[in-house]
Amino acid sequence: MSAVDQLFQELKKQGQKAFMPFITAGDPNLAFTSTLLKTLLRHGSHICEVGIPYSDPIADGPVIQASYTRALAHGITLSDIFEMLRQTTPELAAPVVTMVSHAIIYRAGLKQYVKTAKQSGVAGLIVPDLPVEESKPLQQICQAENLSLIQLITPNTPRDRALRIAASSTGFIYYVSVVGITGERKQVPQSIKDNVGWLREQTDLPICIGFGISNPEHIRTLAPMADGLIVGSAIVRRIAALDEQSEAEVLQDVEDYVKTLMVAISGC
Amino acid sequence: MARPKLRASCHVPDHAGRYGEFGGRYVPETLIAALDQLADQYEQARHDPDFQDRLSDLLKHYVGRPSPLYHASRLTKLCGGAQIYLKREDLNHTGAHKINNTLGQALLTLRMGKTRVIAETGAGQHGVATATACARFGLPCVVYMGEEDIRRQAPNVFSMKLLGAEVRSVTSGSRTLRDAINEAMRDWMASVENTHYILGSVVGPHPFPRIVRDFQSVIGQETLAQCNDQIGRLPEVVVACVGGGSNAAGMFYPFIEHDAVELVGVEAGGRSSAAGEHASPLTYGSPGVLHGSYSYVMQDQDGQTCDVHSISAGLDYPGVGPEHSYWKATGRVNYESCIDDDALEAFETLAKNEGILAAVESSHAISTAMRIAGERPADQVVVVCLSGRGDKDSAEVARLRGDDDS
Ligand SMILES: Cc1ncc(COP(=O)(O)O)c(C=O)c1O
Repeated sequence: MSAVDQLFQELKKQGQKAFMPFITAGDPNLAFTSTLLKTLLRHGSHICEVGIPYSDPIADGPVIQASYTRALAHGITLSDIFEMLRQTTPELAAPVVTMVSHAIIYRAGLKQYVKTAKQSGVAGLIVPDLPVEESKPLQQICQAENLSLIQLITPNTPRDRALRIAASSTGFIYYVSVVGITGERKQVPQSIKDNVGWLREQTDLPICIGFGISNPEHIRTLAPMADGLIVGSAIVRRIAALDEQSEAEVLQDVEDYVKTLMVAISGC
Repeated sequence: MARPKLRASCHVPDHAGRYGEFGGRYVPETLIAALDQLADQYEQARHDPDFQDRLSDLLKHYVGRPSPLYHASRLTKLCGGAQIYLKREDLNHTGAHKINNTLGQALLTLRMGKTRVIAETGAGQHGVATATACARFGLPCVVYMGEEDIRRQAPNVFSMKLLGAEVRSVTSGSRTLRDAINEAMRDWMASVENTHYILGSVVGPHPFPRIVRDFQSVIGQETLAQCNDQIGRLPEVVVACVGGGSNAAGMFYPFIEHDAVELVGVEAGGRSSAAGEHASPLTYGSPGVLHGSYSYVMQDQDGQTCDVHSISAGLDYPGVGPEHSYWKATGRVNYESCIDDDALEAFETLAKNEGILAAVESSHAISTAMRIAGERPADQVVVVCLSGRGDKDSAEVARLRGDDDS
């Protein structure tokens, strides 16, 4: 059982939904990312997704793209990121998973990436550009190291295919709320309820919903049908304000914002 | 001793889109259904005589195919060796090989019932060819183009607009072809239900590399027949430039199992062999994942795509189609690179001696072919794919030579 599995078991007992922020490693530097991780998880986030900056992220909208560009512009490397995680994760009360392009994993070597992630206290991987057909080698390596390989299902995934993805996913299923890229949206699509409801009957894995979620109303709509919710661009956008605000101000802003979401989620 | 290599097969890709170990599909789940639909519809279209007749008719009466195979006798004399023949893709409607692919994919768009088209472009030739096909079929068209390429290929930008396409400037990253592909993919992520992405080269996730190769193979098929007609045999050497690799793949593919024919792909050597100064992944790169496919690529040790440079917008790309990686691995095709200055020199030589303004992309192949011809006896034949015409480059070449004030 990975730390992700344990978390969801625990939350299930408590009847609690997971709140899962996404942040970009090294935006704008790794010391800040480390502080931010500690702040987020101290204030009740249940698990954190750490994005590994990539030069060509085709699933990401302008906000996360820009955060990747900022981090890479400062010359951040994969080994710096893992070193930061190695030092930070022992102080965290909750698991961290990396969101990472297959281009990066392949270059590092599948085994090497998973091994280093594990040594750095990472509990799982989300690889947004690795479809289920290509995922077997990585899945086997993750299983051997007891890391979750969380796979994604989208509104346009045919149902027979969704079953295959569910069968090969571990940790949880990442249900992408929209056909599109990451970024805040005004409304959540109607199709989610049917799709997630159907999926729920097919699998015992927890189902977390992400993409486009940014306010308490979204949370109140989606939390009842999900085991967890993922919020990315709305947080990353606040970090971009470091251009004009001090670290303390930005941390406070993120904290206040996350608190409003946490209140909404714990009421569900 | 060199390790014996596996013989290159024509029967690639397999079901997973693999050319040997290369290719595949590394894209977000959101795009998978559309790629499956495309693969499926293409497979049907391939065996549908109506589809094939419609495409052949367009290629003949709209594009002007077959394009000539021209004996460049003055260039041959100048090089003092093998006979140089030019496959004149520059004479196609819209001035390059790109139209062979865009018409095929526009027909697939209609077949799939999709109502909008997007494309990326580097040199603007693929953008113009896509805008043209869309105008011909009444499809709305959006073309993504890097800001730097909009500057250096301005004439094509005007053409696209006149043809009714919307040109969207891409300001992320290096503002060139690679970034234009990223933006087109992002558009497709959100629009995939009604939009077809007409990808312009043999790159990207399966089935694109295969579809584009097949639509471009008309180049090599005609060349084979024309060689038999005009010289009574096959050539000794066939040369083509390699950006993403579509004109080269179309030219080479019909020759793959004719083992006696040497195939030479020419990458952009840029200013030098130093990192960031060229766009030659097959020569200086290593296998990795970019834009949905596993192939040779210029990446750093973390898998971040490197900046590349070429004088030609159409070759200024850090990746290459997976089938070229396969041909490199099997040793079937030799890949070289040609530096900016040599390409410019070939551009001028061809213009002055044959009265042909070649695209700067194609000039890379011309340069290498001239060298090869010079090393061979006069009874041999070197065929070069003249992938496009150079009107789009006149102003930029003049600027680079410092005569743009006239
Ligand atoms: C005339 C011409 N030749 C070659 C290329 C390179 O593309 P490919 O390698 O796909 O043929 C381009 C691309 O824009 C082009 O315009």
